[in-house]
Amino acid sequence: MNYAQYIPLLLALPLLSFAILGIWGRKSLKKSSGIIGTMVLLILTIISIAVATHYFFIGEKLNNGYQTIFALNIPWLNFGYKNLSIDIGLLLDPISVMMLVVITVVSLMVHIFSLGYMKGEERYPTYFAFLSLFTFSMLGLVLSANIFQMYIFWELVGVSSYLLIGFYFTQPKAVAAAKKAFIVTRFADLGFLIGILMLGIQAETFDFLTLIERLTNAESTAYINMHTTSFLGISALTWALSLVFVGGAGKSAMFPLHIWLPDAMEGPTPVSALIHAATMVVAGVFLVARLFPIFHFNHTALNLVAWTGALSALFAAVIACTQTDIKRVLAYSTMSQIGYMMFALGVSGYGGESGLGYTASLFHLFTHAFFKSLLFLGAGIIIHAIHSNDLKDMGGLRHALPVTHLTFLIACLAIAGVPPLSGFFSKEEILLAAWEGNRMIFTIGLLTAGLTAFYMFRLYFLIFWNRPATKVISKEAPASMKIPLIILAAISLVAGFIPFSQLVTTDQQPFKSSFHVLFSIAPLLLVIAGIFTAMRLYKNPGEKAAHLAQWFGKFYQGALHKFYIDEVYLFITRNFIYKIIGSPAARFDKQVVDGGVNGLGNGTRFIAEKIKALQNGRVQWYLLVFLGGILILSFIFIGWNKI
Amino acid sequence: MNYLQEILVISTALFFIGIYGLLTRRNIIAILMSVELMLNSVNINFVAFNKYLYPNSLDGIFFSIFIITIAAAEVALAIAIVINLYRNHDSVDIDSTTLLKY
Amino acid sequence: MNLLLLLLIPVLTLAGIGLLPAKKAKWMALLGSVVQLVACIILLRLFLQQPDATLSGALLFQNDYTWYSSLNIHLHTGIDGISLSMILLTSLVMLAGVLVSWNIQKMTKEFFMLLMLLSAGAYGFFISLDLFVVFFFLEIAVIPKFMLIGIWGSGKKEYSATKLALMLMGASAMIFVGLIGLYYQDQGADGFNLVALAANPAPLAVQKFFFPFAFIGFGVFTALFPFHTWVPDGHSSAPTAGSMFLAGISMKLGGYGCLRVATYLMPDAAHYYAPWIILLAAIAILYGAFATMMQTDLKYINAYSSVSHCGFVLLGIGVLTKTGIAGAVIQMVSHGLMTALFFAMIGMVYERTHTRDIAKMGGLLKSIPFISTLFVMVALCSLGLPGFSGFVAEMMVFIGAWENANPLYRIATLAATASIVVTAVYILNTVGKVIMGPVKKESFLHLKDAAWYEKSAALLLIAGILLIGMAPFLIINLIEPGTQSIMDKITLISGK
Repeated sequence: MNYAQYIPLLLALPLLSFAILGIWGRKSLKKSSGIIGTMVLLILTIISIAVATHYFFIGEKLNNGYQTIFALNIPWLNFGYKNLSIDIGLLLDPISVMMLVVITVVSLMVHIFSLGYMKGEERYPTYFAFLSLFTFSMLGLVLSANIFQMYIFWELVGVSSYLLIGFYFTQPKAVAAAKKAFIVTRFADLGFLIGILMLGIQAETFDFLTLIERLTNAESTAYINMHTTSFLGISALTWALSLVFVGGAGKSAMFPLHIWLPDAMEGPTPVSALIHAATMVVAGVFLVARLFPIFHFNHTALNLVAWTGALSALFAAVIACTQTDIKRVLAYSTMSQIGYMMFALGVSGYGGESGLGYTASLFHLFTHAFFKSLLFLGAGIIIHAIHSNDLKDMGGLRHALPVTHLTFLIACLAIAGVPPLSGFFSKEEILLAAWEGNRMIFTIGLLTAGLTAFYMFRLYFLIFWNRPATKVISKEAPASMKIPLIILAAISLVAGFIPFSQLVTTDQQPFKSSFHVLFSIAPLLLVIAGIFTAMRLYKNPGEKAAHLAQWFGKFYQGALHKFYIDEVYLFITRNFIYKIIGSPAARFDKQVVDGGVNGLGNGTRFIAEKIKALQNGRVQWYLLVFLGGILILSFIFIGWNKI
Repeated sequence: MNYLQEILVISTALFFIGIYGLLTRRNIIAILMSVELMLNSVNINFVAFNKYLYPNSLDGIFFSIFIITIAAAEVALAIAIVINLYRNHDSVDIDSTTLLKY
Repeated sequence: MNLLLLLLIPVLTLAGIGLLPAKKAKWMALLGSVVQLVACIILLRLFLQQPDATLSGALLFQNDYTWYSSLNIHLHTGIDGISLSMILLTSLVMLAGVLVSWNIQKMTKEFFMLLMLLSAGAYGFFISLDLFVVFFFLEIAVIPKFMLIGIWGSGKKEYSATKLALMLMGASAMIFVGLIGLYYQDQGADGFNLVALAANPAPLAVQKFFFPFAFIGFGVFTALFPFHTWVPDGHSSAPTAGSMFLAGISMKLGGYGCLRVATYLMPDAAHYYAPWIILLAAIAILYGAFATMMQTDLKYINAYSSVSHCGFVLLGIGVLTKTGIAGAVIQMVSHGLMTALFFAMIGMVYERTHTRDIAKMGGLLKSIPFISTLFVMVALCSLGLPGFSGFVAEMMVFIGAWENANPLYRIATLAATASIVVTAVYILNTVGKVIMGPVKKESFLHLKDAAWYEKSAALLLIAGILLIGMAPFLIINLIEPGTQSIMDKITLISGK
């Protein structure tokens, strides 16, 4: 238990570093800011690895399962209604401990990489301050003990992502991308917030454990209430969970809320590696995993998760095959892999071996974080070297960038799922879980696996082979940029051998996962087919790829244009939000509301204008009116008295 | 002989002649003269009532003398205003002096 | 501590400014505001030391002086946590307002005198427990605004000043009708005494008749839809300090009045009219947000967003739950600080770029990092980011509104929550165009960053925002007894 007291440091240190770098960075710490940020991250990594070792291997176990530990729990905001409150708590359980390791390790690598990559940048200290802010928020998110606390950090990672995407703030594209990322995720967060309100008010708590306990217990009033009340024929619980999932889908760039992710690549490349590949984008997966016991009892919501994941996986894989911007290919690949994680959760059962999907999903999250950040950092070096994002400007770089080439290849093999690299194991488990859960989804997953291999190796061959060497502007990279690559490649090589089913399971009881050699034949064949197709098409320069694209015709065009989803959104916002709601509201305000007040003023003036004619200044006219008045009044009074 | 009724008829006629003049005349001097007519019709009333209804007191007489005095003062003032108007507007037409409006 | 001290300090400062030469006016004003802030902090300390501070319904530091004995009007003062938080807000915003007006050239002396007069009105309003005196101070806080906008304003200032003064005067007239109604409901036995009237509420029929007058009257001050139209014009024409006072404090007079006078004294009617209040508040929130989206002038953006944000105050009051009311109070404080800071930042940007059109700006972060950073921070606060005060207030209002399972309440809450997306759209649009983006003009590269007075004003306000945002339990504990005593009145009624 005693190691839990260091956990608050995980949040305090990066926050402190953010504050220090943010306030004094620009003036007095201009040079040292990178080192400060990296040192802080180093300490965090050490702490979290120590915590993980203690938690998984040394710490006491309860009935052979992992305990849930509260490292801290202080009331922060008491709503004063039925004990509802936001408590800032730190919750340690297998998934949060696993996430700690992922976040700190990847973040450390990105920090080290950035020392070289961002050198000479005018806002160098600010960059590291933002990275610290992001690390703080992300760690807070995974350690949250309270769903509202999670929402708080959820927003904070969103804003740090916004700040980092818009880091090159003078470029209109970066600003637009940052804005888009924030607004799309905010829209999804709206769903999350409403979901939280529904769950929280019904269950009378925001605390994760109590919430899960109350909503999975068929006897509790909260459970009964949420099942009996319904709206449009769907029970309140399904609504709430679906809405919460919408929040997760937004952050995790699931179809159709994925549009922000490719654009987010406008940010500095290390940022893409950290936020938009390894950590923040998997927050949605983490959220569903966190609430998994509740999701498990609700088939509609769980199916929504599964199908959204499967569709996104396939959809993104198809688009990734056609993109020509190296970072966009990687972005769509991220979306596709997160789709994998999502549908693995969606097809999973609960308890023991039937919870394989859950384990597999988080396993894939773990392995994916390393090889995908490796891919992004590699892409960073390539972009650094030739000053272009476009695949058309690349080719034959294998001699100029040997380290990058090797590590990139490892990452490609890992993501494609070639044994014995890490991606193979996690993907196998996912497919196995899908086979047992839902055959349709299994088929989609299989197809996507083949596509993944194809587009990753298309990328690889286009960058490193294809044509004679491109002229390289700068040398490969300083050591600070190479070391993270090598470390991440090493992790990607061996991470598959971690016995994940011993560590992260639905009921926190370890189980032995069975490995079926026969089962892995089909996916493996597809993967190899994908790799060979890519090799034939792209290893040497030629027209073959173009012919194939022509053969696909409209479909290829559609995929190249990302199936026009962006255009649809643009159409809706331009023609609906702005034209039908925004501008009439503004016009209504100007004309009706404001016009009403002005009308009142003008009306008064108009009447005054009319009656002022009576006051014409002619004494004789006044006299006449006066006499006439007297006459009328005297008639009235005389008449009145008569009656 | 009691001529009260006849006198009242005359004074009423005088009064309305005054009002008529007041309303229709354009010349300010003429308007002033009309006002004088009205005042004098009141004077006649006072004197007549005093003579026929309260022959033992002199209140009505006093009042008419009082009114004559005031009227003299008023005319002096009014003429001064009219002269000033004439200097400013080059006319003593009432329509040219409609400054007291809106 | 005698609360009249809070009135005395601004009045003495005002006299001091009047006696000193024009060059020293700003120093005198600064001195007065600092002393006032210190006095308020001492008051807070004394308040927290009172053993009764946690008792619900306890109005502390009461003093009662007869003013017009024949009409039973008293100069009766006293505070609870809610009024104390408003007083603290006022002192912070006033100090910041004096600081950002440091460079004012035209009629310096008169400017600061009017500012002090305004603040005296606001303090008097918040400390009074006699409805007539409340009304008196409310009026004191209206007239100087007319002059501030008319003399030191910009743009179509005469129009805006007239519109603002006329609408607020009309609102005052309505408030006065409400107050007279309360006064005569028991033949003047309780006079205008707020405490006595609360203990002895009027019959339902009387409440039903007079509640709308009082509520709408105060509502106009706090931009109740559709009586909000003075807000955009008034704010955008006013000088920076004027906008800060107007949005930061003056709009809170309305919210406070809605709560303390209308709802507290006429709880039955508040129940009766609650659906209407909620409807109007939800419309204001969403409609204000959409209207903001279409604006291109920085001051108009903040003014319209104030309409939207003040909708949360009204929604919180309208739902009549303890969480909602606490949320409304926190939103008042939060919005006061936030919008004052926003106007201060807009003023600083305007002073440098000489434009308020967002399309003509860009890339300011490059040359004026301090101002830009604060600008982004306050924008994020407006957008409801956790860690800033706006988030706390909005969440409290949402929870408070969601408590009631009535479909109307639910729909209103959904509409209110939807505004967080629209808010994100306009805020990010503004930040993207003003602070980020390519540098539009060569001259923008040579702008000077904030001077000491601007920095201290901004830091003062952001400190308040961050304090509430990071440690919301502080303010919740402060206002808890006050909200509880209002809730007691309301639940007493619904229990009947």
